[in-house]
Amino acid sequence: METVELLIIGAGPAGLCAAISAVSSGAKVMLVDRNDTLGGQLIKQTHMFFGSEKQYAATRGTDITKILLAEIEKYKENIKIYKNTTALGMYEDGVVTLARNDKYIKVKPKAIIVATGASEKVLAFPNNDLPGIYGAGAVQTLMNVYGVKPGNKVLMVGAGNIGLIVSYQLMQAGVKVEAIIDAAPEIGGYLVHASKIRRLGVPIYTSHIVKEAIGLDYLEKAVLIEVDEKWQKVRGTEKEIDVDVMCISVGLTPLTELLMQKGCEVKYVPELGGLVPTRNENYETSIDNIFVAGDVSGVEEASAAMVEGYLAGLCAADKIGFRHDDFKKLKKDYIEQLHSLRAGPESDKIRGGIAKIERRAQDV
Amino acid sequence: MFESTGVATREMVMKTFPTKERLEKGSVAVIECYKEIPCNPCATACRQDAIKTFVDINDLPTLDHERCNGCTLCMVNCPGLAIVVVDKNYTGEDALFKIPFEFKPLPLEGDIVRGLNRAGEHICDVEVVKIQNPKSFDQTAILSLLVKKEYLYDFITIEVGVK
Ligand SMILES: Cc1cc2nc3c(=O)[nH]c(=O)nc-3n(C[C@H](O)[C@H](O)[C@H](O)COP(=O)(O)OP(=O)(O)OC[C@H]3O[C@@H](n4cnc5c(N)ncnc54)[C@H](O)[C@@H]3O)c2cc1C
Ligand code: SF4
Ligand code: SF4
Repeated sequence: METVELLIIGAGPAGLCAAISAVSSGAKVMLVDRNDTLGGQLIKQTHMFFGSEKQYAATRGTDITKILLAEIEKYKENIKIYKNTTALGMYEDGVVTLARNDKYIKVKPKAIIVATGASEKVLAFPNNDLPGIYGAGAVQTLMNVYGVKPGNKVLMVGAGNIGLIVSYQLMQAGVKVEAIIDAAPEIGGYLVHASKIRRLGVPIYTSHIVKEAIGLDYLEKAVLIEVDEKWQKVRGTEKEIDVDVMCISVGLTPLTELLMQKGCEVKYVPELGGLVPTRNENYETSIDNIFVAGDVSGVEEASAAMVEGYLAGLCAADKIGFRHDDFKKLKKDYIEQLHSLRAGPESDKIRGGIAKIERRAQDV
Repeated sequence: MFESTGVATREMVMKTFPTKERLEKGSVAVIECYKEIPCNPCATACRQDAIKTFVDINDLPTLDHERCNGCTLCMVNCPGLAIVVVDKNYTGEDALFKIPFEFKPLPLEGDIVRGLNRAGEHICDVEVVKIQNPKSFDQTAILSLLVKKEYLYDFITIEVGVK
């Protein structure tokens, strides 16, 4: 059994920031990720980010990873990084099991931060298993990590930020986006993103869904149909479009399995993407010394995930006896940053969701 | 409408544009950011104090056209690509538009390219007069384009070569 003070599961923006914050408080950290590259979702984001300077706004996601990794490098003697390592289970007696390059490892950390992120939701329609139908994440990985064009003509399903951004990136890769559709009557993503795609001639059809996919060995056509205010299909409004790729981007759901196995209290909060752990303002779950940060605690943005990571790292380190010299000041700053990121009208839902899962703080 | 199309209406555009008098005085930014989002790089980039400092990160940018000198700093920092700079009287007939552009290959100086409106429709042909793409712009190039004055309120970008 390896001894570990603080185990962080997941090295996306949340996990990386948690690690930086915890080691700079004096704790020793083990950071594990099942991928062979660190950075989580960020390594696919070639676009400039929103947020403010503190969260690296106007910097591309790929470059934010570099900034965070350079910061981690400064503390390398106190951070043990395990790539290609999947956390398999979290048990009652405090043991966590990991699979690393076919090796099975057990650790018993004093505290754990779960920063596993979220997975993509799927959509049900006839023939949704035809080759050529991908999740948006897979398309992004193909293009931006491996440099592979997923196809030539794309239908994007979902006009949230991810659908809009991936459409733009597809166009940058030289792929034609035939249309973007969304079942909702309004575009869900930021309108600046929608406008920048619309002005390049890509139609956005709101109140439209996929009726079915057509193709023999791979996707050849998509049939769209309009829906009314009650989400009922409007007969006779079908349109067929020739596409060889359908990219599904209808939202993410938190990866909470490890937390549930451990017995952390979770609630179903649709505003945050599905089942999410309840937590206090320190991002500690219903179980002592188990913390969360990032999309696993409610699907938001990398900007919020990073600040949550800093906050959870700071508080988890404190909980096991490593209080940062500027603990109070930093904690206040992180809480204020989160508050201001979530203050706008676009965050109404997020705020409502968080109100359902935040338990009152036990200690400050 | 805008919420379901992403295409700003003529009314919204006219409200955002600098006044006729200001347009006569040379380069100025046009910021088409119509909905509050947690984002502020335009305001932090501006060195002329032309964009009001945000109280809340979700504020909409408010641009004081009188202070703006059209330097394009906000434009290259805007993740929404929501800003262009116009110089209405660049020549007798043409306005000069500076637009952010993130598609490769970049056109060449001297090329005649297809000009599009906010709905992506081809409305005019425009000439590329200058391309700026230094490293500091971080892959968002600035294209300077000659656009006939009659398209001042309609032109927004150029067609990209997607097959
Ligand atoms: C197309 C797209 C565009 C986006 N644009 C923006 C934007 O402009 N601005 C913005 O702020 N945000 C943006 N986001 C959102 C942002 O990427 C996410 O909110 C952010 O990455 C969440 O961070 P995270 O650390 O919680 O999770 P992730 O980045 O998902 O990282 C989780 C990590 O955990 C690892 N992991 C999961 N389970 C295990 C396990 N059992 N064992 C070991 N490791 C595990 C995964 O491999 C992954 O590396 C965008 C997202 C997408 C998809
Ligand atoms: S163009 Fe320059 S002066 Fe004008 S608002 Fe933008 S940054 Fe400020
Ligand atoms: S930087 Fe661009 S998208 Fe962000 S607030 Fe300013 S104008 Fe809007």
